[in-house]
Amino acid sequence: MDKPASTLTRKAGELMNWVDERLPVTQFYNDHLAKYYAPKNFNFWYYMGSLALLALVMQIVTGIFLTMNYKPSADMAFASVEFIMRDVDFGWLIRYMHSTGASLLFIVVYLHMFRALLYGSHRKPRELLWVIGVFIYLALMAEAFMGYVLPWGQMSYWGAQVIINLFGAIPGIGEPLTEWIRGDYFISDATLNRFFALHVIAIPLALLVLVVLHLAALHQTGSNNPDGIEIKKFKDDKGIPLDGIPFHPYYTVKDIFGVSMFLLIMAFIIFFWPEAGGMFLEPDNFVPADPLVTPIHIKPVWYFTPFYAILKAVPDKLIGVLLMGASVLILFFVPWIDRAPVKSIRYRGLQYKVMLGLFAVAFIRLGMLGMAEGTPNQTIEMRVWTFVYFAFFILLFFLSPKEKTKPVPQRVTH
Amino acid sequence: MSTEGVNNGRRRFLIATTSAVGATGVGFASVPFIKSWMPSAKAQAGGAPVTVNIDALEVGQLLKVQWRGQTIGILRRSEESLALLPEVDDQLRDPDSLESEQPQFAKNEARASRPEFLVVNMHCTHLGCVPQLLPEVRPEPFDENWKGGFFCPCHKSRFDMSGRVYRGVPAPKNLRIPQYSYITDQTLLIGVAPAGEA
Repeated sequence: MDKPASTLTRKAGELMNWVDERLPVTQFYNDHLAKYYAPKNFNFWYYMGSLALLALVMQIVTGIFLTMNYKPSADMAFASVEFIMRDVDFGWLIRYMHSTGASLLFIVVYLHMFRALLYGSHRKPRELLWVIGVFIYLALMAEAFMGYVLPWGQMSYWGAQVIINLFGAIPGIGEPLTEWIRGDYFISDATLNRFFALHVIAIPLALLVLVVLHLAALHQTGSNNPDGIEIKKFKDDKGIPLDGIPFHPYYTVKDIFGVSMFLLIMAFIIFFWPEAGGMFLEPDNFVPADPLVTPIHIKPVWYFTPFYAILKAVPDKLIGVLLMGASVLILFFVPWIDRAPVKSIRYRGLQYKVMLGLFAVAFIRLGMLGMAEGTPNQTIEMRVWTFVYFAFFILLFFLSPKEKTKPVPQRVTH
Repeated sequence: MSTEGVNNGRRRFLIATTSAVGATGVGFASVPFIKSWMPSAKAQAGGAPVTVNIDALEVGQLLKVQWRGQTIGILRRSEESLALLPEVDDQLRDPDSLESEQPQFAKNEARASRPEFLVVNMHCTHLGCVPQLLPEVRPEPFDENWKGGFFCPCHKSRFDMSGRVYRGVPAPKNLRIPQYSYITDQTLLIGVAPAGEA
């Protein structure tokens, strides 16, 4: 105890006690990391949560640096982005990190959501966790849409025109509502300026709050796992779940491996394929916004195209907008639509596997068709997949309670 | 919460009234913030009428000008193309422009005060893209018997040479016709109704 090293340890301990009496740092560390017990059978799909958080933090950091050189005005926005790309030291890197990061964040989020559908992570008692997650997804969509307007290229301008006019389909208040959103009678400097404010302050703040709520809900119920069973049922005499391992160091280390792989892929895209063949940054957006000319082939960025395809598939303005809205909002109700006796796809019948498979194909095909030019045959195919998309939810509601399932194990398997 | 010596009725009343007053206050306080999103005085003043000289406009030519930030097209149509207009009537959603937006003087087949000149708000009534003019009478990928008209690249809405919408496309109404008048035969004033009409 008299050795200098021990004195140092003791002093550090005293300091920690002093802090803990005033701010529960150690308790927080234990509750959420060192003594937060997560199921020991996590697999690949369980990387996505931490990767989504990483990607969000990267968007915030690169975004802060972009605002230092970006000018939110219709006259200067396009030129300021080019200025960042050409004249600011490493501006190209920061901008490509931000544009690539947006797409990667959506890939991660889509996989994260699909994971929930695979293992029933949205089912009781985690319904609110899922609902908060859907709110995060909606906020991300708004964030991404407004971010895409900021470079003030042709696709920014006409994308904003189309999306804002979606609100015009609402009977009665549609027209005044679009004027209120734009702050003008057309997409203008006023629109760009307010989108900038929402993109850099309002929505990121909301996102951070939602992420904290998402984690709070997760840590209240504990994580689900690929077997879809509750590890809290079997605890040792200290009250620790037998199938649980502390998040730190076990999953922090696992997630660091995921992070390395993710960053490797991201770096490859940034350095060798930043536009991703027109998927992440569209060619038309390298042309300054021109209110007189609509680009021949207008489409949103890939992560919106599945919903855009649903809009395009319907030959009626109001019904098209309503169906597109419904295709997103229906996600809120999934925890109550799926009523199967077991959670995980491992123990569910062939029926759910086929339905979920078709749903995934429908989502991907709609995404591809949403980007396509829209020949009559493609329109017919879009209608078919739109039907499949909605049929998934409707059939799930009616078929899932009577689904034939396999026996579920008591303890997690590997 | 302390319950000793409490008048529960009064407590409930106070909670209800303070909540109501607070909510009303928040409601009123939000008005300036919501109003601040309306088009500014400057944006409203930007809606002045536009004068266009159509002297040099050739037959078949489309001139685009901006008025209130909207793209306005002025199309000089040939006799032949005007003669083709009635032929597509049965394929249109609103051939007589009953549900569409236009000044009274444009509520006709040509949707214009002088049939030769179509003055039209070019923004598609679906989601506001600017349709392309495809004036040739020839088979197009989307219509074998195309008689000429406008085609929107965004969501494939089609309009005839008078901006009247076809059936089976997402656009609900005919292209809008703005108020306009002629100062002289060669000078068009967009945004002002002809004398005697409002």
